[in-house]
Formats: sequence, C-alpha cells, structure tokens
Amino acid sequence: MKVFTDIGEYLILMRKVFSKPQKRIIFWERMLNEIQGLGIESIGIVAFISAFMGAVVAIQTAYNIDSPWIPLSMVGFTTRQSVVLEFSPTVISLILAGKVGSRIASEIGTMRVTEQIDALEIMGVNSANYLIFPKVVASMLINPVLIVLSMWMGILGGWMAMVSFGLVSSNDYVDGLRVDFEGYTVFYAITKTIVFAYIISTVSGFYGYRTSGGALEVGQASTKAVVVSSIMIILFNLILTQLLLT
Amino acid sequence: MIEARELNKAFGEHHVLKNISCIFEQGKANLIIGESGSGKTVLMKCLVGLYEVDSGKVFYDNRNFSEMDFEQRKTLRQEIGMLFQGGALFDYMNVEENVMFPLDMFTTRTKEDKLDRANFVLKRVNLENVNRLMPSELSGGMRKRVAIARAISMNPKYLFCDEPNSGLDPQTSGVIDKLIKEITDEYGITTIVNTHDMNSVLSIGDTVAFIYNGELWWRGNKDTILQTDDKELNNFVFGTELTSRLKQ
Ligand SMILES: Nc1ncnc2c1ncn2[C@@H]1O[C@H](COP(=O)(O)OP(=O)(O)OP(=O)(O)O)[C@@H](O)[C@H]1O
Ligand SMILES: [Mg+2]
Repeated sequence: MKVFTDIGEYLILMRKVFSKPQKRIIFWERMLNEIQGLGIESIGIVAFISAFMGAVVAIQTAYNIDSPWIPLSMVGFTTRQSVVLEFSPTVISLILAGKVGSRIASEIGTMRVTEQIDALEIMGVNSANYLIFPKVVASMLINPVLIVLSMWMGILGGWMAMVSFGLVSSNDYVDGLRVDFEGYTVFYAITKTIVFAYIISTVSGFYGYRTSGGALEVGQASTKAVVVSSIMIILFNLILTQLLLT
Repeated sequence: MIEARELNKAFGEHHVLKNISCIFEQGKANLIIGESGSGKTVLMKCLVGLYEVDSGKVFYDNRNFSEMDFEQRKTLRQEIGMLFQGGALFDYMNVEENVMFPLDMFTTRTKEDKLDRANFVLKRVNLENVNRLMPSELSGGMRKRVAIARAISMNPKYLFCDEPNSGLDPQTSGVIDKLIKEITDEYGITTIVNTHDMNSVLSIGDTVAFIYNGELWWRGNKDTILQTDDKELNNFVFGTELTSRLKQ
C-alpha cells in the first residue's frame, strides 16, 4: 500500500515541479549552476571508470578468443557494442544515481529540515519548482554529454589496453570498431540516458523534498533516493530495451 | 489585523490546536506564549498556511485566507515576512543575496535599486559590512538579524517571528526584541511573535495570548499578565527560579 501512496505523492509533487518558473532569468542561472554542480564535477569520475571498464571488457574478450577462426578485430567490435549499448548508459547512470542522487536529496533535505523550504513558500515562491526543476533540466541536458564522453573513454581504454599489453594490434581493434556500426545504437543509448537522468533527479528531489526531522533523516532520505533511483533505472532499462531494440 | 477563527489542527491522534480564536492587531507586537510543545509554532504555521488547518478560518484584514487558492495565497504572501526559529537563511547565498532574494524574485527593480534596499534594511538591523559573508560565517544573533532584514525587505504588512531570541544571550535578545517592536511601530505592521521568554513579554507585549495544552487559555498584555491569578499562567510566568523569587 505504501508504494501507491508514495507514487501518488510523487505525482503530486511533479505537478508542482513542472510549472512555469516565477522568473525565467533566475531559472536559467540556477540551471547553469546545476550543470556545473551535477555535470561538470562528475566528468573526472565518469572518465576514470569508463576507461578502466573499457580496458577490462577488451582484455576479457581478447583472452576468450581461442579459436583461430574468430578474427581479432572481434575485440574492437565487442568492446564497442558493450560500451555503447549497456555499459555507458546503464552502469554510468547507476554511478551518477549514487553521486548526483545523494547530492540532490541531501541538499534539498537539509533545506527542508532547516526550514529554508518553508521560508521560500512563505515568500510566495513555488519551492518545488524553484529547487527541483532546474536540477531535472540540467541532468537531462548534461547526462547525455557525460555518457557520450564515457563511450569515447571506454573505447579508448580498450584500445590502450590492447596496444600496451600487445594483445591485439591497433589496426585490428580499430577495424572491429567499424564493423556493422549502426547509429541507432547511439540513439538508443542516449534515449535511455535521458530517461535515467529524469529518474535520478526527480526521485532524489522527491525524497529530499519530503524529508522531515533532522540530520539523521536527511541521511536516510539520501540513501533512500539512491536505492530507489537505482532500482528504477534497472527496471526501466529492461522496459526500454524491450521497447527500443525489438 | 489578522483573525483566527476556531482553528483546529491535529497530527494523527494528537490534537495540537483546539478551537483557537484570536485577533492579532495592526501596529502592535502580538505575543503568543506557552511552554515548549504547547503548539505555538504549529499555530503560526497554520496562520500562514504552511500547515493546512483541519477546520477553522484565517482572515488577513478581512480577506479569507483559508478559501484562497495557491495563486491567491502566493500574492498575499508577498505581504508577509517571517522569521523562522532557526533563521532559515539560504546557505548557498551570502548575506546580501539572502536579503535581496525576495526582491529578485518578485520585483522588476534595477540591480542598484535592490542593493540600496538591501543595504537599507541591513542597516536597519544594525548590520554593516557583512554583505559578502556566508550564513555559516555569522553568529547566532547576526543570523537572526539577517533573517529579520530579509523578512522586512519587501515592506511586509504582516510579520511573523518564531522565537526570535531563542538561543541568544539576554542582551542580544533585548536588542532583537527592541528591533522588532521598533519596526512594528514604524511601519504599522501586524506583528506576531512566538516566545517563551518572559523578558520579551514584559518589554514588548502589546497583546499577549497564552496557549496551554493547545487551547487559548488567557488573553491580556504585558501589564495585566503580572496581576492575573490564573493558576496555569502563574505557573508559566513564575516558573523560573528568578521570577518566583522576585514574586516573593
Ligand atoms: N509536523 C508534525 N507532525 C507531528 N506532530 C507535530 C508536528 N509539528 C508539531 N507537532 C507536535 O505538535 C506539538 C506542538 O509543537 P510546536 O512545535 O507547535 O510547539 P512549540 O509551542 O512551538 O514549542 P517550542 O517552544 O519548543 O518551539 C508538539 O507536541 C509536537 O510534537
Ligand atoms: Mg516552536
């Protein structure tokens, strides 16, 4: 039963979130700030994880090819496919759910328990719109950029591993990258990313916004935000894969 | 003038406000007193609509607040200033930005104009040269004063102060009280102050409402409060060592 009331509350909050901002200029300022805080500051970790994961995928594929009938360019192909289709959009979104989701929930939760949200409301500001909307738009704009970066870094990481460990030649790897490339896979990945960005920002905003109590509850809200957004990402990953790839 | 008519509010089984009717007068500091947990904050939040009442009505100068929709309340709230128990300054903005925030949000004034206004209200609360400090860099008393400055930046007709001097030393409390009283007189504001500090009651209590167990138990002012022989009120007023010895 609790699930249904939660969903109801979430939908009611979303109606407050998606309304016209009081002042457009303030909305833009806040959104640019959020792009900085939620996006730019995540570049480092995204690049780091992607490069290493790409390397691992390539190495595993290379070691698993033991038949002389399978060309070594297969390694480039496999790395590209797994990075673009699944690794970058889903795994990186899960990592962002942890990093960005906890940040959003604890920031808004703290504002709730220190009465800053009440202060906004009392001034006549739609606090849900003011606080959450810029974060949602910023995430939906910046996460795809992070994911494309992640794809490049993953493929690059694979290449570096192959070349430096001498497992596959650079030419073979790059040839593999070019085999059967379909632009649709990137479209699919970006679509998933945008949906995941929406999930992360709104779910975390929701848990932060409805915090009550004190510092302890803020911590709980932020954990809850990460757990629930991760579960939602996994669920929607299945749904979207069914919808978009079949 | 703000009028509360038969307000009731419960949280689950816990009936916090019981049929409260009360008038808060214009140009006066209207104090709400009562012990911790008696329902002062809940009453204030019901008056401004941060909590929805279960039954009863609130009127702002004969405008029925309880029947207003979200947009109408938004408009009315631009006439309200509120000082929260913990200050509630926006912690990602510096002092100046905090004070200017309502002006940024709701006026189309020029940048200089807004800065002038911010500096004016900051000066009014005796704060100068702190414009660039962040809330975390201020003392408790300074935060309260910045919060007052922010609350009056839009020239409110109604000012709500929830425990303006909790956590402050007696001197600083006195300064804050005096400030609230002066602003009230100067601009003819309808001011409502929650407190359990008898010093505040005796120095600025133009009207005093005593809440006991969620009921409006007694009404009077700073002069009549010392002469009453109501038992519960006397317990509250002379509840501390200092006041009870003074009484003897
Ligand atoms: N959001 C809430 N949910 C449930 N109960 C609440 C809520 N807010 C207040 N209460 C209860 O209402 C009662 C009155 O609380 P209130 O905060 O109004 O007290 P107060 O008079 O302001 O006390 P203090 O002087 O300590 O600030 C308390 O018993 C409190 O537990
Ligand atoms: Mg209180």
